[in-house]
Amino acid sequence: MSDIIEFEPTAYHVKNSPEGPALDISDFNLWYGESQALFDCNLEIQKGQVTALIGPSGCGKSTLLRCLNRMNDLVDGLRIRGRITVDGFDIYAKGVDVIALRKRMGMVFQKPNPFAMSIYDNITYPLRVDGVTKKSILDETVEHALKQAALWNEAKDRLNDSALGLSGGQQQRLCIARAVASDPEVLLMDEPCSALDPIATARIEELIEELKGTYTIVMVTHSMAQAARVSDNTAFMYLGRLIEYGDTDTIFTNPQKSRTNDYVTGRFG
Amino acid sequence: MTSLNEQQPPASGAAGVAAVAARAAVKPRNRRRYSADLSALGEPALWGFGGALALGIILIAGFLMIVLYNGATTFWPKPIDRVELTDGSVIAGVERRGAIFRPDLPRLTEDQRAEVTENDGFAYRTLYQTANFDLYGDDFQWVADYETANVTQPADFYYFERQVWGVFVGRIASMTIDGQEMDYNPAVMHREQRAARARFQEIRNLERREIGALNYQIERERLNQRRAVLRMGEEAAAATVTASQMRIAELQAEFQDLQQRVNEIRAIDRRYTVTLEEVGGRQITPEMSQIVRYFPANTLNIADKLGIYISRWWEFVSTEPREANTQGGVLPAIFGTVAMTLLMVIFVAPFGVITALYLREYAKQGRITSIVRISVNNLAGVPSIVYGVFGLGFFAYTMGGTIDQLFYPENLPNPTFGKGGILWASLTLALLTVPVVIVATEEALAAVPRSMREGSLACGASKWQTIRYVVLPKALPGIMTGMILAMARGAGEVAPLMLVGVVKLAPALPIDAFYPFIHLDRSFMHLGFHIFDVGFQSRNSEAGKPMVFVTTLLLLALIVTMNATAIIIRNRLKRKYATGQF
Repeated sequence: MSDIIEFEPTAYHVKNSPEGPALDISDFNLWYGESQALFDCNLEIQKGQVTALIGPSGCGKSTLLRCLNRMNDLVDGLRIRGRITVDGFDIYAKGVDVIALRKRMGMVFQKPNPFAMSIYDNITYPLRVDGVTKKSILDETVEHALKQAALWNEAKDRLNDSALGLSGGQQQRLCIARAVASDPEVLLMDEPCSALDPIATARIEELIEELKGTYTIVMVTHSMAQAARVSDNTAFMYLGRLIEYGDTDTIFTNPQKSRTNDYVTGRFG
Repeated sequence: MTSLNEQQPPASGAAGVAAVAARAAVKPRNRRRYSADLSALGEPALWGFGGALALGIILIAGFLMIVLYNGATTFWPKPIDRVELTDGSVIAGVERRGAIFRPDLPRLTEDQRAEVTENDGFAYRTLYQTANFDLYGDDFQWVADYETANVTQPADFYYFERQVWGVFVGRIASMTIDGQEMDYNPAVMHREQRAARARFQEIRNLERREIGALNYQIERERLNQRRAVLRMGEEAAAATVTASQMRIAELQAEFQDLQQRVNEIRAIDRRYTVTLEEVGGRQITPEMSQIVRYFPANTLNIADKLGIYISRWWEFVSTEPREANTQGGVLPAIFGTVAMTLLMVIFVAPFGVITALYLREYAKQGRITSIVRISVNNLAGVPSIVYGVFGLGFFAYTMGGTIDQLFYPENLPNPTFGKGGILWASLTLALLTVPVVIVATEEALAAVPRSMREGSLACGASKWQTIRYVVLPKALPGIMTGMILAMARGAGEVAPLMLVGVVKLAPALPIDAFYPFIHLDRSFMHLGFHIFDVGFQSRNSEAGKPMVFVTTLLLLALIVTMNATAIIIRNRLKRKYATGQF
């Protein structure tokens, strides 16, 4: 097999949301130093839906996700070309307030990363860095966020205990609560269940199901079963390219590209 | 040809059979080995590593044992020996140590020479602390075994620690109570000596506190006059000067009163004396107030000894030195060491942490930051005396000189800040220890997991908020470790301090009751320098030797205490910010 792989244009058959796209990624290229990690990615993420990014390791799905709230800004030698717009607003334009952007995009990471603070302080962190100090608002947010993250019943009596005393699954739900505390429009999830056991995973998936509609969710996952269970649309990426993007059912049952078919049927990856 | 013959197998015979059997035994048999080669297992390396560790531990433990033993036994009261020598003379003293030496044979008598020759020309000798420096002109005397005729420990020999002239060893001949000479009576002596010491303390307090305060005020008035003259000119300041001079006159009257009181107490003091007699019969008659402590060294029971031991330790840590630092306490040195170290930490902590924060979190990582980093690491290797020279030249002379010109012109040409002082010493040490703090802080910052920072940034926190609320708390234990190392280094450093403010005997502590209470311009005493001074700079190094051990022990204890405190704080923080990654 030759080293050069011919890529055809992306197959595109998305289940559209009545509210239209939340994020629009167009002709997006990205380089880490000299090596290109993303090639001409084009996709519209539909409002209020769950979009899963799947693909083998190193295909650029996490990179793409982290571009959506400019988390990649921390990386040295990063260059991009193309546009990502949120409600028609280019997030890579000059003079964009990255902090304000991140407040609109809650993010949940692969490993639970609660801060070494109390549960209460963890959830109110996004508000406190925003300068909110009013106790009633903070209390209300904590309760609301914990209820949204299905953690309220377990955590309500220990709000002032260290968050590090929670179990792994609880920590991840705490991180979700923290991400929704600032009332974002979009939730970005970078393999949120990869460090969790099956029961904790099931709970998080349930949670995603519940949060759908309230938030636009973009989720990177290694588990095709998970993508099939929870997402409305699925994007399959391979070697930095978007191969196929469309309705989850179609991707998993009747993909239009042979490479997608090979991946979802487990022939490689 | 012989060699060739030997190589040939023997043709036959008993000898030949034996040789073949021997060869078969020597020949390596092709046995399968089930264990790996020793060097492959790293066994020899392991022995080397273990040996090196053991050697290090033995050296350190041995050093600590020596310091601990000598330091702990110094204050234990020892008996007084009365030694009759073969030449008929008699000495009395406390046995200090012994040594083997090679005597000068021609100077010995016939018998002695025979005895020494029998021992291959060597003999054993003992060092006695004969004390009585004012009478003998020396504190110590070596006595060889061959010249010792008889050693006894008479019950009436006393050991006196005096305010001046050091120790006296001898009998109490008589005493004078309120001008009346009488025979020695232990109970009366005990009572009167305590009363005399109380008077001595009273005089000292009067001199230190009240006369000191008066002197201070008079000096201030004098400086006020000068300041007024310097600012306004001779004529305009005339009124101020006159007022001030009147005030000085009042103060001087008060001063006279106090001096009068001191003189009265002194007059009483002179009526209470004790006549002491050394072993040879010569007598001295010091005032009772001059006797700091006395005890019959040969009739003490264990409780008495323990009491003396504890009282000596207490004197050591709670009073000022006397007798060129070889006697008395080290309180000013303890105070100076702790104050200087704490000041140093106050300077070095923010400076080092801020530098490291910029270097690690904000500066663009590239060639320049690498050069800065290498330079910082190299700074840690600069000899400390160089820092001392820099501190003297830059801090004391340049900065201090400027401060004097601007704020203390009335004091000139006497420097206020323009000389060594505790402020400059702690700044110099801060400079010396800042690389340690920078390196440790940088490492602690680098060890904060990226996921933590990302979590904070994703919440919409700014970079500073992330550092302030997430990174710094997490890195705090590591930063504390750097501070502990810096403290240990700083507290034990002596060489640079000798240039920037440490003195043999500081007249006043850097903190006292006079405004502005903390006098950062003052020179101070330091335990490390005290060791050097007592052990190697004093007139009487033998007398200072035990003090070297005790002071070393104290300095070690002090550093251990300071470090332990810091470590406890750090561990508290560590528990608080322990990672919860499952």
